[in-house]
Amino acid sequence: MPEARTTAAFRKSPIVRVALHDAGICAVVLAAFAAILLAAGKHPLKAYADTFRYTLANAYGFSELIVRMTPLVLTAVSVALPSRLGLINVGGEGQLYMGAWMASAGALLAPDLPTWILLPLVAVLGFMGGGVWAAIPGLLRAGKLVSETISTLLLNYVAPLIVSYFIFGPWRAPGSSAYPQSPVFPEAALLPSFFNTRIHAGFIISLAALLVYWLIVEKTRWGIDMRAIGGNAEAAQRLGIPVAKWIVVALAVGGGFAGLAGMGEVMGIHGRLRQGLSPGYGFTGFLVSWLAGGRPLGILFMAFLFAIITSTGDTLQITQGLPYSVVHILLAMILFIVLAGRPVRAGAI
Amino acid sequence: MTTPLALGVLGGAILSGTSLLYATLGETIVERSGIVNLGLEGILLIGASVGFSTAAATGNAWFGVMAAAMAGGLANVLFGWLVVTRRANQLASGLAMMFFGFGISALVGAPYVGAVIVGLPKWRPSWLGGLPWVQSTTLFDYDALTWLAVPVAILVWWALFWTRWGLAVRAVGERPGAVFASGRNPSVLQYQALSSGGLLGGLAGAHLSLSLTKTWAEYMTAGRGFIAIALVIFSKWHPLRAIAGALLFGGAEALQLQLQARGSAVSPFLLDMTPYLLTLLVLLAWGGSRRLVAPASLGRTFYGSDG
Repeated sequence: MPEARTTAAFRKSPIVRVALHDAGICAVVLAAFAAILLAAGKHPLKAYADTFRYTLANAYGFSELIVRMTPLVLTAVSVALPSRLGLINVGGEGQLYMGAWMASAGALLAPDLPTWILLPLVAVLGFMGGGVWAAIPGLLRAGKLVSETISTLLLNYVAPLIVSYFIFGPWRAPGSSAYPQSPVFPEAALLPSFFNTRIHAGFIISLAALLVYWLIVEKTRWGIDMRAIGGNAEAAQRLGIPVAKWIVVALAVGGGFAGLAGMGEVMGIHGRLRQGLSPGYGFTGFLVSWLAGGRPLGILFMAFLFAIITSTGDTLQITQGLPYSVVHILLAMILFIVLAGRPVRAGAI
Repeated sequence: MTTPLALGVLGGAILSGTSLLYATLGETIVERSGIVNLGLEGILLIGASVGFSTAAATGNAWFGVMAAAMAGGLANVLFGWLVVTRRANQLASGLAMMFFGFGISALVGAPYVGAVIVGLPKWRPSWLGGLPWVQSTTLFDYDALTWLAVPVAILVWWALFWTRWGLAVRAVGERPGAVFASGRNPSVLQYQALSSGGLLGGLAGAHLSLSLTKTWAEYMTAGRGFIAIALVIFSKWHPLRAIAGALLFGGAEALQLQLQARGSAVSPFLLDMTPYLLTLLVLLAWGGSRRLVAPASLGRTFYGSDG
């Protein structure tokens, strides 16, 4: 029985080892980022203390972390699902925008439907928006025409332009001249929020998505098929697994989850369609999934961690007069360290 | 009205194509050595921000150009440390470099948002300016980076295809094991390819901020790095074909700007999509044949050199 555990045994337990390892990486990265901020003439310790004060130290700040986690979990699932097949979906950003766009179309074109129809409709449309957007790279990849990495990246630049076209054109709300945006959505299309915070039903959707993802990859035949393709696509093809079909489906379903993230942002937070919906949730979701190795609980943990880290970007913006994007240095350095410590094994690509 | 439009597009194509050409040439050298750098977008941003802030701080655009080239080269050396020395996954490392470029450029450029600089001086040979259909236009009125773009492409072509060094670099991209066996160090060659490629990427960014727009704005490269990666495929990893590719894409951008300036009825947002959609179309059209011409070891990690 474990009552006689020594500290050595404690250190050897896998969970503690992983936690110590991750904490070590965080410490190194935070120190390096602090050095960069110092060099830029800013106050890193104050920035870290402020971030802590605004996020973990009070209930409202904590609730904002959950708000920020919601799209990260969904975009991470949108990366994790196709990654089972060895596909690299770097298009979460564009898929998020298309999900938001389709959901907005539903809310604006059928505003008189009752909540119990409109809300599910808007969610399905959000899923479809991201799904169709991701199916394009899926089809191109399945036809062995264009690598999904480059096509998903390129489509990231197109989707926000579609959103801009609509809010500067057909959907422009009267009187919104300086910052064009769509009219406010009908009450019936909005996701309910909880506890007087901005936490909205999208968080439940994101947890459900994580559960669905876990069920699919761990508990179904589909998961085995997907793993077979990821291991050796040619062998899977010879076993009779329809590889091309799977490529399209996995990317489309993945994109659908990112679309749900976009739906959650417009229906749960903004209440209307506007520019700049996402401060890079799609890209951050990629990091979350990649660092978590696609494991569901890992995604949940990493999404929470990255919610805190990206909050640092807000702090830098508010208290130190730096652009939010500076936080990308922090994200990049985490990746550098993990990548440098995780060389590709011979034979693997 | 048609002639000025055509001339405007041609002139714009050469200007917008300049940064694309430098970026494509840089990535071509890197990919010829067997490495894919998806972080090119980040390198361009670093070049643009370092170039602009140096020019704004010193008042001399040439210092900006030099600083941008050095910053681009250094950034690619960092990338090389990951993928060559640490043998990390190239695609993931490239994305990490992209993030790094987003962040560093925002930090470097932040104090200089809205700064006014004297851009690179423009110059037009008098015999060209004297031509009647050129006289009243800005055609051929270019800065040195634009005038040097095609000569640099020829230089890269010469270096890759007519020197021993180029032969060795291309051999690393095809079969690093053979290069290793012949007594050369693949890692060193890859670092050389990366630093020269990064230098060109830095120049590409510098041309954007020091000549084309004369401003710094976050994410101002707007995906040109990814378009350049597609152009490498389009040009079949050949520096001279890259000239045609850069002109084609520069032309698409120039046409869109000309249409917007002339008050076209099409929404500017829809016009802004053309470069990305054109890139996808080009990749689609070229997709089938790429495997035949791509460097054989592109994207693979070599393990033999320490052995």
